Amino acid sequence: MHAITASGLSRRFGDLEAVAGIDLAIERGEIYGLLGPNGAGKSTTVRMLCTLLGPTGGRAVVAGHDVADEPDAVRLRIGAALQEAALDPKQTGTQLLRLQGRLYGLSNAEVDQRVSELTAMIDLGEAIDRPIDTYSGGMKRRLDLAAALVHNPEVLFLDEPTTGLDPVSRNRVWDEVRMLNETLGMTILLTTQYLEEADSLAHRVGIIDGGKLVAEGTPTELKRQVGDDLIVARIDGDPAAAAAVVGALDGARVVDTSDGALMVAAPDGAATVGPVAVALAEAGIPLRDLTLRTPTLDDVFLEVTGNRLRSDARPTSTDQIDEVSR
Amino acid sequence: MTTTSTALLPGSTSTIRARPTSFVHDVSTIAGRALRAVPGDLEAVIPPVLIATFFFVVNIATLEGLTEGQIDGFDYTAFQMPTAILLGVTGVSRAPALVLDVQNGYLDRLLMTPMRRIAILLGHLVADVAIAMALAVPILVLGLILGTGFETGVVGAIVFLLMAAFWSLSFAGFGYAVALKTGNPAAVQSVFLLFFPFLFLTTSYVPRAQLSGWLDTVASFNPVTYILEGLRSLAIDGWTIDLLWGVIAIVAVGALSMSMCLAALRGRVAAG
Repeated sequence: MHAITASGLSRRFGDLEAVAGIDLAIERGEIYGLLGPNGAGKSTTVRMLCTLLGPTGGRAVVAGHDVADEPDAVRLRIGAALQEAALDPKQTGTQLLRLQGRLYGLSNAEVDQRVSELTAMIDLGEAIDRPIDTYSGGMKRRLDLAAALVHNPEVLFLDEPTTGLDPVSRNRVWDEVRMLNETLGMTILLTTQYLEEADSLAHRVGIIDGGKLVAEGTPTELKRQVGDDLIVARIDGDPAAAAAVVGALDGARVVDTSDGALMVAAPDGAATVGPVAVALAEAGIPLRDLTLRTPTLDDVFLEVTGNRLRSDARPTSTDQIDEVSR
Repeated sequence: MTTTSTALLPGSTSTIRARPTSFVHDVSTIAGRALRAVPGDLEAVIPPVLIATFFFVVNIATLEGLTEGQIDGFDYTAFQMPTAILLGVTGVSRAPALVLDVQNGYLDRLLMTPMRRIAILLGHLVADVAIAMALAVPILVLGLILGTGFETGVVGAIVFLLMAAFWSLSFAGFGYAVALKTGNPAAVQSVFLLFFPFLFLTTSYVPRAQLSGWLDTVASFNPVTYILEGLRSLAIDGWTIDLLWGVIAIVAVGALSMSMCLAALRGRVAAG
């Protein structure tokens, strides 16, 4: 049973096609991560699924109802925390949650119960009765999440829920997302530009670029698409010359030469890393460091789009743990 | 790391779910929120009343002798009171708060609820009517203290307040239209400037008969002229046809502003 389906979902703004025919089939109880850089079409997709923006093509069904034909039925069943925390800074946290409860038709007793439960969940302490404009960014995000949950939605949309948060606040949000999914079976669609977030949270990941879904699968499946181990050689020389030297080795395939580093894919990384070091040394190309690692979602993104998702992408702690365990 | 307790999970102890609400519930919820925000936003509502009161007193002191000396039986205080009321209530609205909702994304949160879209607008407008009536009362009381009576009695005074409030609402529609169209607080504030030509190219300070040729012609096309005459008729003349013209003028301006307002709301919702 699907919680969200979309077929050919599109949105055009004048000449710009922000979303160019996306197909989705997200199971109930699944956490689905939409991963892509800024401007890829993630937020536009979420705004269409949340009924905030009408599609200009295709259709989408959320919680059993068409977003264009039955938006009211969809709104009763979804919650959303958008990219910028959508809060009224002059209200207190409690006032905001109470108002949300009333707007979703909850009785006073139900509002009291939900405010109590959600206040405990987001753990803002006495700050919950302070004006929201006194909150930190992390507190606003958590309150925004609580506001999205007042009515126990079947489907939750989180648009870049941790952008701009410090690591501690980010981990808290991740824990809350996992808890909502594992304990309540809530279907969650989250967008992110953080590889680690998609890798850590999502059961399945859809990679979006230029308004199109270019790859989809579990993080493991996607990384398996890249297949090979990756050797990253940081050099102090001409990357093109280094690529020619290394590319001539058996079983080595140079896949990227950006940022003063040579990225080499190899079916057996452990067996290839030595010959790469020797070849570079014999060619007189100074080697600063050499790393062997498993593929990341950034590598998947590079494989399917030809571009890096983030220019400063580095092996994550998860990847390094994977490497140690091999 | 987490401090979340599974015993306090949302929904773990209840099956609370969203349910459809009535239109009245939606409007009253939004109006209640708009009114609760007023005490924290007094700088938006107190100055207009102070300015109106100031001009009410100063204009009487300046022009009372001149006008009452020229026209037998003329009550300049009663004549000035509607001008002061319109100056006090025109442009007072929660439209700037709606701009903030647009800017900080809270409007999106409202739009994602099952509430009817039009209730967002109507809720604010209902709050505006209540605020305008509350602001008109002190000026009315000052007029009574200064000796103005109501030929139409208590009912006439209530109609007077209602007319002032609904004029405020009609004019506020322009502010909401600009708020929804632009999401720009400065643009909303500038809407009040539109009122100045309407306020001064009319019978704000002297009766129609005292206006010169061109100004009389302009005043005849100015809806504020008929609103002022309608309001004055309640205090000075009793129940006359002028009241009806005043109501028609308010409805005409309101129809225009609300059409613009609804178009702006549709545009804002469609733009996502």
